[in-house]
Amino acid sequence: MKSTHFDPYLPIIGVVGLIVIWYLAVWYQVVDPVLLPSPVDTFRALWSGMSGGRLGFDFMRTLERTILATLIAAAIAIPLGILLGASEKVYRSVEFVVDFFRSTPASAMFPLFLVLFGVGDKTKVSVAAFGAALVILFNVAYGVMHARKTRLLAAKVMGASRIRVLTDVMLLESLPQTFVGLRNGVSLALVIVVVAEMFIGSTDGLGQRVFEAQQLFAMPDMYAAIFAAGGLGYGLNLMFLLVERQFVHWSGK
Amino acid sequence: MRADEAVAASAASAHVTIRGLTKRFTDAVVYDRFDLDIPRGKLMSIFGPNGCGKSTLINMITGLIPTDAGEIFQNYREALFPWLRAIDNIQYPLKLMKLPKAERRARTERMVARLGVKVDLNRYPYELSGGQQQLVSIMRALVVEPQILFLDEPFSALDYEMTLFMRDQLQRIFVETGTTTVLVSHDLEEAVYLADRILLLSRRPACIADYVHYDAARPRTDATLSQHDFVQIKAHCLEVFQREVRKG
Repeated sequence: MKSTHFDPYLPIIGVVGLIVIWYLAVWYQVVDPVLLPSPVDTFRALWSGMSGGRLGFDFMRTLERTILATLIAAAIAIPLGILLGASEKVYRSVEFVVDFFRSTPASAMFPLFLVLFGVGDKTKVSVAAFGAALVILFNVAYGVMHARKTRLLAAKVMGASRIRVLTDVMLLESLPQTFVGLRNGVSLALVIVVVAEMFIGSTDGLGQRVFEAQQLFAMPDMYAAIFAAGGLGYGLNLMFLLVERQFVHWSGK
Repeated sequence: MRADEAVAASAASAHVTIRGLTKRFTDAVVYDRFDLDIPRGKLMSIFGPNGCGKSTLINMITGLIPTDAGEIFQNYREALFPWLRAIDNIQYPLKLMKLPKAERRARTERMVARLGVKVDLNRYPYELSGGQQQLVSIMRALVVEPQILFLDEPFSALDYEMTLFMRDQLQRIFVETGTTTVLVSHDLEEAVYLADRILLLSRRPACIADYVHYDAARPRTDATLSQHDFVQIKAHCLEVFQREVRKG
């Protein structure tokens, strides 16, 4: 069919459509021009900011904090999740606690972490790590617990010890779900880091950039920072997806 | 439950002897002092009403003698390790036995050549068809040269065409290796066609409703299905089965 030829380009339609609508809104002044700069102004601000400007620096700071928070969260949550998931009884006994704190908005924990870690990077990273860790923990434990019983039984029948069953089967069985946790975790970490950068005495980071641009009424800069944050979130998700496809080739098959 | 290799003269032909097997689930007695001899070097089919405990029986026996038994599961999609290539799946039990790599490969190659399997073993399980996957899991069970092979409805997830093909593959493997085989089946035709002995079970608590011999020469073919003794034995088994089902 002819249409399949154009299929890879379909996503561009949405992007072009959005920019066209944006242009029209600016052209016909549907919104106050002070609040909605033109796409050209915005992308110029984005370009100059990202290529050696302040925005690029803030982008890297937010990226650093998000990655660091996710790494800490993964280092704690993955081993713990395996441990919890390996025994259904252990998991059931802490399930409520995990679920409760997973459902607690991490932003509500800011004051507590401020008291613990002071005003600085430590607080931002640790709140983000806290939120991400619970998401990862839940997913890893779930993945281990729901390892296909048939495969566990098969390994046992072949004479695998408990440790071998854990390392050869359970761990690999839980990998697809672990990656779901990592992707959700990194997204949540980014949300928390950006919010923290806005309100916890920050001097850099995308959250601070958005907030400052808004305070100064520098609208093209604010939109540029928002797009940078969007690009960061999308990029992180995509990165994990690519890594997942490489390491968990059997996922969903 | 006791399952040991029988040495007594009276049970010389038995490979596994089960005496006084009792198993309860919370709501029901599945086995109550159940006795069974699994004949050596024969293919025994187990046929019985739904939920009478056929899979439970196999799982209990394999749980007791893991390293000497191979088990094939109903659902081929969930039996193989999707993160390993087919060849590594087959070699996995040898790895558990801590055999050196060269010997693992040699043994696998020998078996593949002997069975005449034409499957690209460098593929991942999800790249293979259902029948090929089930064939790989049968090879994984056979590679350790088990004393007994347990097959729990191995063809139930396959389409009819593949089932017919796999039946004959299984028969070839059995003729080739002479491994004592226990086959749980929900298809009476298949149960009789492949078997030397057909064990008919009753409803819970399961006991032996009948134990039928079928000694037609192998290899059996499509023509076997219309032969007099096959038809007669199948009819007899069906009659016993119906009687057991109505009892419930």
